[in-house]
Amino acid sequence: MPITLNVNGKRRNAPAASPSTPLLYVLRNDMEFNSCKYGCGVAQCGACTVLMDGKPIRSCVTPASAVAKAQITTLEGLGTTDKLHVLQRAFIEEQAAQCGYCISGMIMTAKSLLDTNKNPSESEIRGALAGNLCRCGTHSRIIKAVQRAAKEMSA
Amino acid sequence: MNAPFPHNAGRRRFLKQSGGLTIGFSLAAAPLSFAQQAATPKPAPLPGSLQGNRMLDAWLRINADGTVTMMTGKIELGQGITTALCQIVSDELDIDYQRIKVISGDTALTPNEGVTSGSLSIQDSGTALRFASAEARDILMQAASSKLGAPADQLKVEDGTISGPAGRTTYWELTSTALLKREATAKAKPKAVSGHKLIGQSVQRRDIPPKVTGGVVYVQDMRLSGMVFGRVVRPPSPRATLLSADLAAIRRMPGVVAVMRDGNFLALAALREEQAIAAREALRNSAKWEEKGDLPPPAPALFEHMKTQRMLDTVVSTRTDAAAAATGAKTLNVQYTRPFQAHGSIGPSCAVAQFKDGKMQVWTHSQGVFPLRGDLAKMLRMPESSIIVSHREGSGCYGQNGADDVAADVALLARAPELKGRPVKLQWMREDEFGWEPFGSAMAIAMKASLDAGGKIVDWNHELWSHSHSTRPYDPDGCNLLAAWYMGDPLKPGPSRNIPQPSGGSDRNAIPLYVFPQQKVTNHLLLDMPLRTSALRTLGAYANVFALESFMDELALAANADPVEFRLKHLTDPRGRAVIESVTAKANYQPGKAGDGKNGRGVAFAKYKNLAVYVALVVDVEVDKSSGEVRVTRAWAAADAGMIVNPDGVKNQIEGGMIQSTSWTLHESLPFDQKGVKAHTWADYPILRFPEVPVVDVTLINRPEERSLGVGEGSQGPMVAAIANAIANATGKRIRDLPFTPERVKAALA
Repeated sequence: MPITLNVNGKRRNAPAASPSTPLLYVLRNDMEFNSCKYGCGVAQCGACTVLMDGKPIRSCVTPASAVAKAQITTLEGLGTTDKLHVLQRAFIEEQAAQCGYCISGMIMTAKSLLDTNKNPSESEIRGALAGNLCRCGTHSRIIKAVQRAAKEMSA
Repeated sequence: MNAPFPHNAGRRRFLKQSGGLTIGFSLAAAPLSFAQQAATPKPAPLPGSLQGNRMLDAWLRINADGTVTMMTGKIELGQGITTALCQIVSDELDIDYQRIKVISGDTALTPNEGVTSGSLSIQDSGTALRFASAEARDILMQAASSKLGAPADQLKVEDGTISGPAGRTTYWELTSTALLKREATAKAKPKAVSGHKLIGQSVQRRDIPPKVTGGVVYVQDMRLSGMVFGRVVRPPSPRATLLSADLAAIRRMPGVVAVMRDGNFLALAALREEQAIAAREALRNSAKWEEKGDLPPPAPALFEHMKTQRMLDTVVSTRTDAAAAATGAKTLNVQYTRPFQAHGSIGPSCAVAQFKDGKMQVWTHSQGVFPLRGDLAKMLRMPESSIIVSHREGSGCYGQNGADDVAADVALLARAPELKGRPVKLQWMREDEFGWEPFGSAMAIAMKASLDAGGKIVDWNHELWSHSHSTRPYDPDGCNLLAAWYMGDPLKPGPSRNIPQPSGGSDRNAIPLYVFPQQKVTNHLLLDMPLRTSALRTLGAYANVFALESFMDELALAANADPVEFRLKHLTDPRGRAVIESVTAKANYQPGKAGDGKNGRGVAFAKYKNLAVYVALVVDVEVDKSSGEVRVTRAWAAADAGMIVNPDGVKNQIEGGMIQSTSWTLHESLPFDQKGVKAHTWADYPILRFPEVPVVDVTLINRPEERSLGVGEGSQGPMVAAIANAIANATGKRIRDLPFTPERVKAALA
C-alpha cells in the first residue's frame, strides 16, 4: 500500500514506504527533505520536528500512516534561500547556529509557538523550546532569533 | 558549500582536478603525528601550514571564470572557520568574498593539515592562506605589469581587476595552470591592519543559509545513485566476544542486501533505512556474546582506583625556591574530580562509502581526513593511494566523537561482496554514539599550596591522574579505529600517550599562569584504558582550570582576600590582567561581596593552553537549598584573541563554550557499571535545556597588531570554575566533585 502524504502544500507519494515506516524516513529518504534529522529515534531531542496541522510532532516516532490525512510542514515548506521565511531570516541575522544539526527542529518548534503566541516572553520561548536539545550552546542566539522574528511578524 | 556530488561526476572531478595538483601534494610533509615530527627533515621554515604544504597551488586556484578556489585542510565544524578563511583570502587577494569557492578536508584535493582541533585553524590554515594569498597577488601583479607594460607599483587592483596608466587586465585573464605551480616563499608581506576590509568584520557565515532552509549540508544528507543504508551491531560491552549470530535469518528480512560478520564485528545493509534498523534490531537480538566485567568502579571509588593503575609519571613544571617556600604559614590540601563525560553530538555519527574497482571512497565528518585515511589503510590492508577520504559536515563533534569509527564501519561494510560496488550510508543509532564514542577522561586532581603570612602563595603543587586525551587515528604504533579491534584479524590500538607541553593533553592548563616562587606540576598518565577515552573539547583543560581556579578562590578565602584582588596579586601577564579587569568592570563586580545563601557570584580566568585566547568570566548563580538545584543566571566574559578575524564568530564560540560548559558542570557524568556504559538515550545522560541556559554577555578585546589566537575552547575551563566559585560564594560550601547535580549540592549543604 503506497504512502501518500500532504507535505508543504502538495500531495506526494512514497511508493516504497510502508504504513509503519516512521514519518522521518518517508520525509527524509523518499521525499528528500533534508531538514528532518535523525537524532535519537525516541522523541527526546527534537531534531526531527515537523508540523502536523500546525502542531509540532516528532517524526521519528510517528508512523507515516498516522498522518495520511494531515497537512505536514517541514522547514523546506517555510521558505527557501531566495525567499526566506521571517524565522529563517531571523536565524541568519542572529547567526543562531553553530553546527546547525538541531536548527530545523528549533525553527519548526518556534514556528508553532509564534503561530499561537505572537508576542511570547523570553521565558515562554525557553519553555516552548525546552524539549529541543542543542549541544553547541547556541541557545541564547536561538532565543534572540525567535524574539527578532516575533518582533518582525508583529511589525 | 560542500554539496555532495553524484558519484560519477565526483569521480571525474577528482581525476580532472588531481592531475594538476599532484606535484604539490607529492611535496607535502608527512602527516602531523607528534611522534614523527622529530624525524621530519627541515626545509626553510614557512608560516602556518605552508610549512608542510609548500606549493601555492595546493591552497589557491585562480579560475578563468572569475572565481577563486580556496583549498584548506581544516574543516567546518559549525565554528565558522570556512567563512573566516574566506575573509582572509578576500582581503589579501583583493577579491570579492563571493568569488571564493571552498574545498576543505579532502585527501585528493586539499593540503594536509592534520586534524581540525585545538583551536588552531586560524593560526595554521589562516596564516598559510594569508601568506599564500599575498604571494599570489604579487605574482598576478607582476604578470599584469609585463602585460600592461607598467611597473607593478603603478598598478591598482580592485576585485581582481588590475588597472594602470596604460590599460587594465584581470586575474581571470592572467591566470594559467603554471602561475601558482611554485613553492611559496612567504616573502610577500600580508596587508597591514589598515588595509583590512573584511578581516575584523562580523561577516555572516556562509554555511548558515543552507542550514536554515533544509539544504544539502551534512554527510547525513548525501544521496548517491543506488545507495543503500547500513547499520552496525556492537557488542554489549567493550571486551565481549561473539559466540554466535543468525546471519542467515537476517538475510531473509525485507530489503536486506548484505549481512557481514568479521570476528566480533557485525554490520548489515538494506534498501531502506527503516529496514536496516529493523534488521539491526533482529541481528542484535540473535547475537550471543560472552562478556567480561572488567571496568573500574564508579565514582567516588573510581578516583582512588585510578591512582593504583599502571601509569607514566611526568613532572611538567618545576620551580624551586626553598627559602620562599619555607615562609609558608598556612597550607591547603584538597582534591578535585571530574567524571567521564560524553561528546553527546545531537546527530549520531554517519559516513558514506563506496568500494569499486579496488578503490575506496569515504565521505566523513572526521576532523582529520588524512589521519583517518592512514588508519583506514591499516584496517583495510589497502594502500593509502587507493583510498580517498572527503569531508562533509556532520553534527557538532566537540572533539573525537564517533566520526572516525563510523567511517571505518562503513568502509568495512562497503567491501561486502553482495553490495557489488553500491554506495552505502551508515549512521550510528543514538545508543551506538553513547556507548562507543571515546569519552572525555575522568580525572583526579590533588592540589596543595602554602600561603605566607602576607597572604601570598609561596608553594604550589598540582598533581593529576588521567587517561589519555588523544587517541585519534594515525598513531604510529597502532590503529585507532574501533572496528579494527573487533575484526577476526584484529589490530591493536596505539598506546596511551601524552600530548607534550606546551599545549599538553591531560596536563593542558595545569601549569599556572600566576607567578609562584615554588611550584610543581605532575601528570600521571594512566596507561590502560578500560573505558576508551580521547579528545573532548579542551582535553584536560576543563578539569585543570576547574581545580586551579577553584583552588585560587579557596586560597583567597584562606588569605582573607577578595578573589579578584588575590588573582591580580599573583598575575603579571598584562593581557591576563586586562581581561580580568574588563569583565569585572562590565559585570559591576563588587570586591568582597558575600553571597546571601542563595545568590552568589564567581570569577575565573584562563589563557587556553597557556598559548591561545585569554578569557575571564564573572558568573551569577542561584542555589535552591531545599532541592540542591543550581541555576546559572548570568555570565559575562571578556576575551582577548589577538587579531580578530570575525568578531561575531569569536563571540559565538565563547558563548557556546560557556553554555556547553554549564551543561557539563551541572549535569554530566557518564553512567557505567562493571560490564559497560549505561547511557543509551538522553534520559540516561541529561544535558542542559533552554530554561536553564544563562544569559551571556561577551566583551572582546581586539588587538589587531597581535597574532590571532585560537578561541574555540577558551571559555569552558573558566566557566566551570566560575560556577564552582559562585556556588561557594552563595552558600559558603566548596564543592570539589563534578557535576554539581541537585543531589550532590543538597548533600554538600546539609
